[in-house]
Amino acid sequence: MQIYLNGLEKQIPDALDMAGLIEMLELTDQRIAVEVNEELVPRTTFSGHAIQEQDRIEIIHAVGGG
Amino acid sequence: MSNENQTDSFSVAGRTFTSRLLVGTGKYKDMTETRAAIDASGAEIVTIAVRRTNIGQNQDEPNILETLPPSEYTYLPNTAGCFDAKTAIRTCRLARELLDGHNLVKLEVLGDQQTLFPDVVQTIEAAEVLIKEGFEVMVYTNDDPIMAKRLEELGCAAVMPLAAPIGSGLGVRNRLNIRTIVENAKVPILVDAGVGTASDAAVAMELGCDGVLMNTAIAAAQNPLLMASAMKKGIQAGREAYLAGRMPAKRFASASSPTDGLFF
Repeated sequence: MQIYLNGLEKQIPDALDMAGLIEMLELTDQRIAVEVNEELVPRTTFSGHAIQEQDRIEIIHAVGGG
Repeated sequence: MSNENQTDSFSVAGRTFTSRLLVGTGKYKDMTETRAAIDASGAEIVTIAVRRTNIGQNQDEPNILETLPPSEYTYLPNTAGCFDAKTAIRTCRLARELLDGHNLVKLEVLGDQQTLFPDVVQTIEAAEVLIKEGFEVMVYTNDDPIMAKRLEELGCAAVMPLAAPIGSGLGVRNRLNIRTIVENAKVPILVDAGVGTASDAAVAMELGCDGVLMNTAIAAAQNPLLMASAMKKGIQAGREAYLAGRMPAKRFASASSPTDGLFF
């Protein structure tokens, strides 16, 4: 299915949950936070959070800033 | 008063700190310089930003949270780059999740690209929601005593009026307003943004501010480490001068040596 990942179109396997997507992106051990369609998805719910066609997924991390 | 330096701590949102200098972590040439400059500044609270993670590239580049570990620093995630309440709220929620429930945030909602002045209406809207959701909000605002008071009354943990536009280095442009904001406040007042050099930081502290938050003034100096050290001293000097209570300014001279006993 097609999703938008950090603003870019991306094809991912159907029936992937958030934990699966994070693993596919090799971000499992990274300090990140995720929102889908502008709603926060707590990491405790990654496993079992079904990804839907056309979901807008943002994966963020901390950077230097003032 | 003799032990002033030992006991003069700064508290915000139930946390107590020794340093009254808060620093940003942006604009440095690399993580090594970031760490060295922040160490030289003596800052205990550091702002960070949240941005899209790089997917499939640069996974091994040093991370700001590793360079400045939470065991040594208190993070103040910001909402820099947000121009409306909604994105600022989303940013804070993501930051809290990223930092395992850490609820201290710097709220800034900007009005336009040229001035980066705060949009205070949007800021108030965001602050109301965030406070309701349990965030401790340190809020960036204009040097407007009425709005500063309003933000305090909403329940913000600290109010942070600008000295001058973000990154401008112009110093405290409206000393009287900053003074009025400080005098009216029951929460910490920190000057945030616009400081250019150590004397600017000292001025903010002499006006009675509880602290100063800066980034560019250190990062964009020719020698960031030396400027970080200068800022640390400027903050301390300004704070001590404020506590000491300055002499009144006078128009004309007043001799410092006795006039009695002159032999000519």
